[in-house]
Amino acid sequence: MSKPIRTGIFEKTLADLTHALEQSLFAETISRQAGLLQALDPRVKIISILSLLLSVSLSHNLPVLLSLYGLALLLAWLSSIPLDFFIKRVWLFMPFFTGLIALPALFITPGPVFVSLPFGLAITKTGAVTVLFLLLRVSTSVSLGVLLILTTPWTALLKALSILRVPEGFLLILGMTYRYIFLLLLTAEDMFLSRRSRILGRLRPAEARRILAASAGTLLSKSLSLSSEVYLAMQARGYRGQSRTVNAFQMRSIDWAWGSGIIFIAALAVWLGR
Amino acid sequence: MSFSSALQRVGTCVRSAPRGVRVYYAVLGLWLSTTAMHIPDGYLSPATCVVMFAAMIPFWYFGLKKLREKINARSAPLVALLAAFSFIIMMFNVPLPGGTTGHAVGGALIAIILGPEVAVIAVSIALIIQAFFFGDGGILAIGANCFNMAVVLPYVSYAVYQAIAGKHPVESARRTVGAFAGGYIGLTIAAFFAGIEFGIQPLLFHTADGTPLYSPYPFSVAIPAMVIPHMLLASIVEGLVTSLVIVYLQRTNHEILMISANPAIAGEAGHTARLRIFWVVLAVLIFLTPLGLLAPGTAWGEWGSNQLTRMGLSFVPQGIKQLEGLWGAPLAGYKFTSLGNANLGYIISAAVGVIVISVLTGLLVTVLTSGRPENRHDPTDPHS
Repeated sequence: MSKPIRTGIFEKTLADLTHALEQSLFAETISRQAGLLQALDPRVKIISILSLLLSVSLSHNLPVLLSLYGLALLLAWLSSIPLDFFIKRVWLFMPFFTGLIALPALFITPGPVFVSLPFGLAITKTGAVTVLFLLLRVSTSVSLGVLLILTTPWTALLKALSILRVPEGFLLILGMTYRYIFLLLLTAEDMFLSRRSRILGRLRPAEARRILAASAGTLLSKSLSLSSEVYLAMQARGYRGQSRTVNAFQMRSIDWAWGSGIIFIAALAVWLGR
Repeated sequence: MSFSSALQRVGTCVRSAPRGVRVYYAVLGLWLSTTAMHIPDGYLSPATCVVMFAAMIPFWYFGLKKLREKINARSAPLVALLAAFSFIIMMFNVPLPGGTTGHAVGGALIAIILGPEVAVIAVSIALIIQAFFFGDGGILAIGANCFNMAVVLPYVSYAVYQAIAGKHPVESARRTVGAFAGGYIGLTIAAFFAGIEFGIQPLLFHTADGTPLYSPYPFSVAIPAMVIPHMLLASIVEGLVTSLVIVYLQRTNHEILMISANPAIAGEAGHTARLRIFWVVLAVLIFLTPLGLLAPGTAWGEWGSNQLTRMGLSFVPQGIKQLEGLWGAPLAGYKFTSLGNANLGYIISAAVGVIVISVLTGLLVTVLTSGRPENRHDPTDPHS
C-alpha cells in the first residue's frame, strides 16, 4: 500500500473521532426503535444485564456459556437490533483479538494431547477448553454490554446508574463529561480538519508528533478555560455544589416480570454452571 | 506422550520455531499494546474484579473528598472537562519512528499538571464512560482497568516527574525529561499490574483438572507479554505525548504548568517538597518490583540452573532454585500441579502485597496531604 506517513495520522485520528460520534449516534437511533429491551425500565435493564454479566463470569460450564450467548442473540433479535450488525460488531473486535491472543494457549496449556500437529506441536485438551472458555466469555460479555448501550439512550442510562448507589456528585460529573466529550470531539475534529487542509507535502514523523502534541496542549488549555466558564454559568444558574436529578422512572408490571425473569435465568445459569 | 515431555517438546519447538512465527507474535503483541490495555470482561474472574473494585473505592472516595475540599464546587466542571479530554486524547494516533502509531492514555499528563488525585477521578470517569457508553473495556473489569490506568499510571508518573523535575523552574528541560520518564515508567508499571492481574487467573481459578477458567497464561507469560510490548511502544507513546505537551505548554501557556503550585486554581498545594522523599522511595520500590519478579521470569529458557552450572557456577543458590521452580514450572517440564502448592502462597502474597501496599500508600498520601487547612478554601469562590 502506498499510504505511508504522508498525512495518515490526521486522517486516522479524524476517522477515530468520527467513529466515536457515529457509534453513539447509531446507539441513539437504535435505542429509540420499538423493541423488547427498549421498552424496559433502564434500572431493570442495568440490573438484569449486570446479573447476566456476573453469571457469564461465574459459570464454569461451556454449554451454559453457549446458552447465555444464545440468550444475548435472542434479546438482540427481540430488540430489533440487526443481527448481522450485532454479530459483526461483537466478533470483529474483542473476541477476534482474544482469539489471536489465546491461540498459543492451545499449545502451551499443559494437559492430555487432543490433536497432534506437525513440528511436534500438539493441541492439548485443556488448552482447547480454556480457549473456548475465554472466547465464549469475552464474546458473551461484549454482546451483553453492546445490548445495554444500543437499547438505552445515554441520559436514561446515566440516571439509571443511580440505582447502583453511584453518588449524585459522581453522576453529575459523568453526565457533564459525556456531554463535553462531544464538544471536545467536535473541537478536535475541527482542529485536525483545518490542520489537514493546510498540509500539502509529506510530514516527518517528528513534525507530525509535534503538531499532535500542540493539538493536545491546545485542547487541554481549552478544556481548562471551558471548565471555568462552565462553572461560572452553573453558578449564575444557582449551583451551590449540590446536584439533583429528576427521577421520572416508573416501574411497571412488565418491568418487574422481565427483571425477575432475567435474574432468575442468571441465577439458574450460575447454579447449572457451577 | 507424557505431559512434561509434551511441554518440553513445545518449549523446544517455540525456541526453534520459524522466525516468522515469532515475529508474528511479537508484532501482534506490539499492535495490541497500541490499543492500550482496556481489559474486557471474561479475562478476569469475578473475585478479581471485586477485589480490584474494592481497591478503587478508597481512591475514589479520597479523590472526590480532596477535590471538594480544595476546589469546592468548581471541581465538577473541571474534572468533567479533564475526563472528556482524557477520553479524546485516547483517540489521538501518535506516529512513532518506524511508521507505526499508538495511543496514549493521558493519565500521566493530567497527573503532572493537576495532581494525581484529580487524574484518578478524571481518568476513572473516562474509563467508566468508555465501558458503559462505548463498550471499550469490560463493565465488571472497571475496577481493574481503573486501578491500572487511573491509579498506578498517574501516581507513578507523578512521582517520577516530581523526582526528576522537582522544584526546577517551569521552563526547565528537566520538566520535559521528567514528563517523558513519568509517562514511560508510569504506563510500564501499569502494564505490569495488568500482567499480574492476568497471571494470577490460571493459578487461582481453574477446574478440578487444571483447565484455566479465565485468562490462561501464567505469570511467566502474562507479565512479559504485557510489559515488553508496552516498553517498546505504548509507554513510549505515553512518554512522548506527555513530554511534548509539556514542551508546547512551556512555550505557549505557562500558567497551566503553574497550576500544581497554585492551590487557588486547581487545589494542588505546594506540599510536594515535604513528600518528595516519600514519592521517590515509592517510585523506586514500585519500579524495582517488576525487575525482581521479571528476572526469574527471563531465567526460564536461557538462564536455567543447569545453564548457570554450565556457566561455571559450582552450586546454584537456594533462592534461584526456588524461584526457578516458581516461574519455570508451567513451561520447563515441571509438573503443573507442583506450582499449586508450596509456591502458590508466595506468588499470591507477593501480588496481594504489592496491591495492598499501593492501596495503603495511596491512602496514607491522601490522608497526609488532605489535612492542610490553609488550602481548604478557594479564595476566588464567593461561597467558600
